[in-house]
Amino acid sequence: MSEARAMANNPAQDRGAREQDLIARVQRGERELFYELVQPYERRVYAAALAILRNEADAEDAAQEAMLKAFANIRQFRQEARFSTWLIQVTVNEALMRRRRQRTVIMEPIDDRGDNDAEQDYAPRDFADWREIPSESLERKEVRQKLTEALATLDRKYREVFVLRDVEHMNIQETAEALGISIASVKTRLLRARLMLRDLLAAGWQQGWFSRLPFEKGTKPW
Amino acid sequence: MVDRDTINRDTTNGDAVNCEQVWREISNYLDGEVDGALRSAMEEHFKICTRCTSVLEGVRNVTLLYGDERMLEVPAGFGLRLEKSLEKKLAQDARQNERRWSPWSAWLVPLAALALVTAGVQMASSVAPNRVMRAPMAQAGQGIPPDLVVLVATGTKVFHVAGCTFIHNKETLRSTTAKEAIAEGYVPCLRCMRKYLDVAAIRRAEAAGEMEADADDEEVRVTAH
Repeated sequence: MSEARAMANNPAQDRGAREQDLIARVQRGERELFYELVQPYERRVYAAALAILRNEADAEDAAQEAMLKAFANIRQFRQEARFSTWLIQVTVNEALMRRRRQRTVIMEPIDDRGDNDAEQDYAPRDFADWREIPSESLERKEVRQKLTEALATLDRKYREVFVLRDVEHMNIQETAEALGISIASVKTRLLRARLMLRDLLAAGWQQGWFSRLPFEKGTKPW
Repeated sequence: MVDRDTINRDTTNGDAVNCEQVWREISNYLDGEVDGALRSAMEEHFKICTRCTSVLEGVRNVTLLYGDERMLEVPAGFGLRLEKSLEKKLAQDARQNERRWSPWSAWLVPLAALALVTAGVQMASSVAPNRVMRAPMAQAGQGIPPDLVVLVATGTKVFHVAGCTFIHNKETLRSTTAKEAIAEGYVPCLRCMRKYLDVAAIRRAEAAGEMEADADDEEVRVTAH
């Protein structure tokens, strides 16, 4: 099979080639193509902003501003990095900057500002049988809503790392760079975030997938 | 809550790792960030520990659920608003570019005209024959015969005709032609060279006058015959 035919049969490679072409054209001045370039990532950009700002209106503002900044600085993007990673990093920077501004007005809870990753290990609380993957349950809006609410209850430092790593699929190094923390901190926070979410969702899983959420928004059941 | 005795029970069965160690590394295990020996030990542990298997499967499900594209929800109309704001930014940039070009285009016309005039003047002056040099130093340089024998002295910048009273460094004096002296960077002496050229011009004029007189006499003689 020729290389060209192999390429044509691989949708991921096709998308990658199409994206490279769009980046090059936008960088050369065809700026009206920028929306086409970023459209596949608008959900991820919004999710990254929401993970940091926790408020939908603020997250949308930050996401839009991040897109405009990416638009203005597209010539600075180098092909060594993935475009999606660069875009998410721009978004994280914008959201972090907004949160710093907000902090001058809103005091965050003391436990939300701590950086004591060396605290006592988190131990799982629930040992339900999880062997079945409930992927199809995501078709239900209320399930997605419960997952979003569970994520929102995590402390900021755990939520940010979890979203960049497991929602945005950035690697550990990229996550550390985006948040300005060490790789060891990323690993520690990621472990706790995953274990806490597992405990939060386990109860709902046992009871027929979130027919009743065993916690209220803003409280920690552990 | 699980008590510590239960958690650590597995170590008594000869396992390489206990439950606490497994939980501490379970995230790295899923990410492929543990070395081969630890991975093998954890896999052995999962075979005999239902609690840790439950934790592993639960964490794996968490990553699969949240990593699913369907979890990425945006508010209604988000994409449309984004597209509009980008269009607005494009239009703003276009207007700014126009404003940026406006003063430039206003300056470009006179700048181009000035450049054309300057170039025209330079071209005309460079091709104009018999350019008139008005500086006294330059005037002294006109009309000097190239093979005229002149005197130059080391350490000076001027060449002279023999007999000039303004020669310095006479001990280093040497003779050369006017053409070579000019090529070496010497300039003519204002005093002696102008005088020499004036005298030469007078002599040329006198010689021409005498020739004319001789010719007239000859004509008279021819007419008388």
